[in-house]
Amino acid sequence: MKRPVSMAFATAGALLLQGCAGWQSVLDPKGPAASEQAWLIWFFTGLCAVVWVLVMIALAAPLMMRSRAQAEPLAIDAGAEGRKLRVVLTAVAVTAAILIGLTLLSFFANRTLAAIGSDASLTIRVTGHQWWWEVRYEDATPSRILTTANEIHIPAGEPVRLLLTSTDVIHSFWIPSLSGKLDLIPGHINVLDIKADKPGVYRGQCAEFCGAQHANMGTFIIAEPRAKFDAWWNDQLQPAVAPAGDEAKAGEDLFLRRPCVMCHRIGGTPAGGTVAPDLTHIASRKTLAAGTLTMSRGNLAAWIADPQGVKPGSHMPVVDLDGDELNAIVAYLEGLK
Amino acid sequence: MSSADITGDRDISKPDTASKGDIAPERDGPRDTGMDDARLHRWLERTWRTPPGIVGALSSVDHKVIARRYLITAFVFLCLGGLNAIAMRIQLSGPQRGLIGPDLYNQLFTMHGVTMMFLFAVPIVQATGIYLVPLMVGTRNIAFPRLNAFGYWIYVSGGVFAWVSFALNMAPDVGWFAYVPLSGPEFAPGKRADVWAQMITYTEVSSLAVAVATIVTVFKQRAPGMSLDKIPLYVWAMLVTSFVVVFAMPAVMITSTFLILDRLVGTHIFNPAEGGDVLLFQHLFWFFGHPEVYIIFLPATGMVSSIIPVFARRPTFGHLGLVLSLVAVGFLSFGLWVHHMFATGLPKLGASFFTASSMMIAIPNGVQIFCWLATLWDGRPVVRTPLLFVFGFFFIFVIGGLTGVMLASVPLDLQVHDTYFVVAHFHYVLIGGSVFPLLGAAYFWFPKISGRMMSERLGRWHFWLAFIGFNATFFPMHLVGLWGMPRRVYTYPAELGWGNINLFISAGAVLFFLSFVLFIFNLAHGALKGAPAGNNPWNAGTLEWATSSPPPSYNFARIPIATHVEPLWAEREALPVATGLRVDARELLISTVAEAHPDIREKSAAPSIWPLLAAISVGATFVYSIFTPWAVVWGAAPIAITLIGWFWPKGDPEDEE
Amino acid sequence: MIRRVAVLVSATLVLAACQREERDTRPQSALGSGEQPTPVTTLEPGGERPFHTDNKAASFEANAFHMSEGKRLFSWFNCSGCHANGGGGMGPALMDEKWIYGSSMESIHATIRDGRPNGMPSFRDKIPDDQIWELAAYVRSLSGNAPSSAAPQRNDDMMVHPSENRMPDAATLGKSP
Repeated sequence: MKRPVSMAFATAGALLLQGCAGWQSVLDPKGPAASEQAWLIWFFTGLCAVVWVLVMIALAAPLMMRSRAQAEPLAIDAGAEGRKLRVVLTAVAVTAAILIGLTLLSFFANRTLAAIGSDASLTIRVTGHQWWWEVRYEDATPSRILTTANEIHIPAGEPVRLLLTSTDVIHSFWIPSLSGKLDLIPGHINVLDIKADKPGVYRGQCAEFCGAQHANMGTFIIAEPRAKFDAWWNDQLQPAVAPAGDEAKAGEDLFLRRPCVMCHRIGGTPAGGTVAPDLTHIASRKTLAAGTLTMSRGNLAAWIADPQGVKPGSHMPVVDLDGDELNAIVAYLEGLK
Repeated sequence: MSSADITGDRDISKPDTASKGDIAPERDGPRDTGMDDARLHRWLERTWRTPPGIVGALSSVDHKVIARRYLITAFVFLCLGGLNAIAMRIQLSGPQRGLIGPDLYNQLFTMHGVTMMFLFAVPIVQATGIYLVPLMVGTRNIAFPRLNAFGYWIYVSGGVFAWVSFALNMAPDVGWFAYVPLSGPEFAPGKRADVWAQMITYTEVSSLAVAVATIVTVFKQRAPGMSLDKIPLYVWAMLVTSFVVVFAMPAVMITSTFLILDRLVGTHIFNPAEGGDVLLFQHLFWFFGHPEVYIIFLPATGMVSSIIPVFARRPTFGHLGLVLSLVAVGFLSFGLWVHHMFATGLPKLGASFFTASSMMIAIPNGVQIFCWLATLWDGRPVVRTPLLFVFGFFFIFVIGGLTGVMLASVPLDLQVHDTYFVVAHFHYVLIGGSVFPLLGAAYFWFPKISGRMMSERLGRWHFWLAFIGFNATFFPMHLVGLWGMPRRVYTYPAELGWGNINLFISAGAVLFFLSFVLFIFNLAHGALKGAPAGNNPWNAGTLEWATSSPPPSYNFARIPIATHVEPLWAEREALPVATGLRVDARELLISTVAEAHPDIREKSAAPSIWPLLAAISVGATFVYSIFTPWAVVWGAAPIAITLIGWFWPKGDPEDEE
Repeated sequence: MIRRVAVLVSATLVLAACQREERDTRPQSALGSGEQPTPVTTLEPGGERPFHTDNKAASFEANAFHMSEGKRLFSWFNCSGCHANGGGGMGPALMDEKWIYGSSMESIHATIRDGRPNGMPSFRDKIPDDQIWELAAYVRSLSGNAPSSAAPQRNDDMMVHPSENRMPDAATLGKSP
């Protein structure tokens, strides 16, 4: 019953905002929660627009009146006042009725959202850090627990349960085209259920001010068909591939001797830092530095050479490397598919 | 008192009407009864004037002098906060701009927020109240005039403190609501967050002082005859606002004190590892923060209620309904703070309750809108600049109110919370709901304050520039918020496609800023070259128009008697007055709360330098206390000394009664 | 006269605040640690070692941001593994008034960078030079050697010791009974 209305609104919206909606837009829903919310937004907007236009007409009407305001301010026509009172009371009653209706609508929409993840089979723990996302796939078998960063692969068409928490300040997890936002709060675990209808890449970013690099704390949800997702998980569980070629080998050696090793982990090597993103399969990700740069050799080099120029205030330090060392490390990381 | 009693000159010192205030005749000085006008003016001027010289000026307790200073200071802070906004808009005008780094940008938007909320919006609505409330209720000065002066000095020192910190690169950078743990001890090194906490405390002390003075003025100093049903709507609005201040501000003072305790003393109030909770901060803050919006908005509704009847040429429709909805908004404003926290993962049923309460507050606000519209419906109103701004208020505020209804819905809010949609919403509410009425009020009451008219032609230019600039700036923010742009980002990637619309927004912001430049010019032009205004240029009905423009230091030569909610319309020939007050001492007429029967004569405090000194010592204690908790101990001594000086008995017989 | 005093006072304020509040995240000399001389001997208990100064120490030692970064790194790099939150364990305590190799920024920096006998490893090349300075500034604050207006405040963790800004002044440390 809601569908046709929603379709009508969505079409109107698409026409209105042609070329503007996309990738990180509330108005371009790709999951059941966001669809429900987009429908609500259009419904509220339409209703509010009607109310606003009526008020504006009521405001403009006296300006069009032929007769001037009376010269004697206290000469009030009692009959006219009575009629006005009835109009005002009716308007108030209509307002109250609309508001009650909207309250009920929003209550039932909230129930719909709550029901999305009732049969979620996959649980992912997302921990907010200044300024990146730690992503841990929970599994009953300890060896299948997977830790990665910033990009969350999920099976398309299946509800997924996200457990949100933080180890430092409050962040907020928000993928506009899939679902509304929910805060990551130290000392709390919040549950957000999401579902992507179709495979695709959905961008989101931190929505609660979290310090210097709040602006560059992006994340991606990558929805894939179940088989592809399972393959991805199995790939990610493997230790890092051994460096191929002399330069990459030198890079691995440098990585383990230089400050990189103090914070980052690379599975299968002695590098076991847990305070920064896991780099075991860094080259398989789409972006660097929490959605700040796209993954490429040049961007890797730029990020390692001058992290404070790319993300001023982030916890990645400027490390003293010469050109050859930088190239070697980049060559090594580039191979970590 | 029946209405028949208050039709002519009455001597309120007669024992039957003023028994409690009676003092022995031998101590009595000259009264205004039967004194001729010139002599009366000389006496009153000598008694009530602000003493000459710098020390005299700093000692002033005249509510009009204090209010003028308040208004000018708040306007300066508005301009500073506006400059912050312009700097931010230049940075955001394109993707990946490198003009301002995150460190400075975070200070800029925090300073913009705290300046606009705590140093501009609340002070300026209170300042307008300080100026107008005593005039509207027909008394000679505000209650507790020294407390009022103290409030101003505290406010100035808090504002200077915040902006000096900004100049020293230690301005708060944690957002105007400074959520822990980001503002807490671990993640906010240095003194930046402490500056936020103490600046809050400063401004809250000052607005509490003003609120108390306003409440007592309204309750106890109304002109005889101004029973509760005859109080002008603006005064009602200030009364309700002041009560909201009294109940809301302590919550935020507790919040900021808890924060500074965590940071300075090492308590664990917000530390989850030791049993504290970070959400406690948000509950406490928003328990203040939501009423704060109404503290800013309710006085503006009072201004709208004052402006509309004058240009619609009739009393407000539904006076009682408007008063009741003011009171209802005041109460309800305390019941919806949680809608700022829907994204924190609260229990779903509890959140739905706050959806209902947030929707409910739209009902009394709707009543107000409908009553104003009904007032305008009697004929073509006289469209002058103040009314233009009121029309702008309707246009903008109704949009802000309706997006507010959208934000009240939990599922909808989860998408738009903390995005530019919310930024757009609260600027529509605060600028539309408060700044536009304030600008209208500036044009409306400027003649009263300065004795001169502002230019109508420039005023119309100003209105259209502000109106177009405002909408060009803030309407597109709704869209960019829905396209996924979170607030408080210092930059954004180009591929999200927000660049063009942000450039448009920035251009609109410059236009909006220019409208204020034009306003400043119009103010200066009006003050220097405006046409003389006369007592009542708009032919309005409330008591502030009964005295000269600008009003004398004693406000009214003889205390007027209110016979109607619009006394100047009811009494076209001459306003009835009450006499019997001494003219050689600062005597006020105190009346009863409900009926405004004349009750006693009471002395109003004389000018004193002590409020300034007390404010300096309190201010110094606050600044010192961001460095060490011992400041509370050492600061107590100078505060005690100044307070003793302030309240030192004068040997006046009345003080000893 | 008054104006001169005012200028002087505000200049002092600016300087004091700048030093405490500056948040320089990108050091001017990213190339630093490799060029510094390796000490000839490391066996100089208690003594101050002649050291070339490039004013690094001054820009770190009273800066609130750097000290709080040092505190974060102290935990990230597991300094507590030996020094146990400053109370001492396998490694010496850092919260008392005893300094085996001197309490100056330069000495602590050298200790972290080059290591010391009996267990303190060298972190040369493992920690960028500026982060070593940040750690040094933080270590000094553990024993009340940093101005309390800039020293770090408590962590959002279980409380292991009074926060650094509440430490007794270094001058009084160890004198109480």
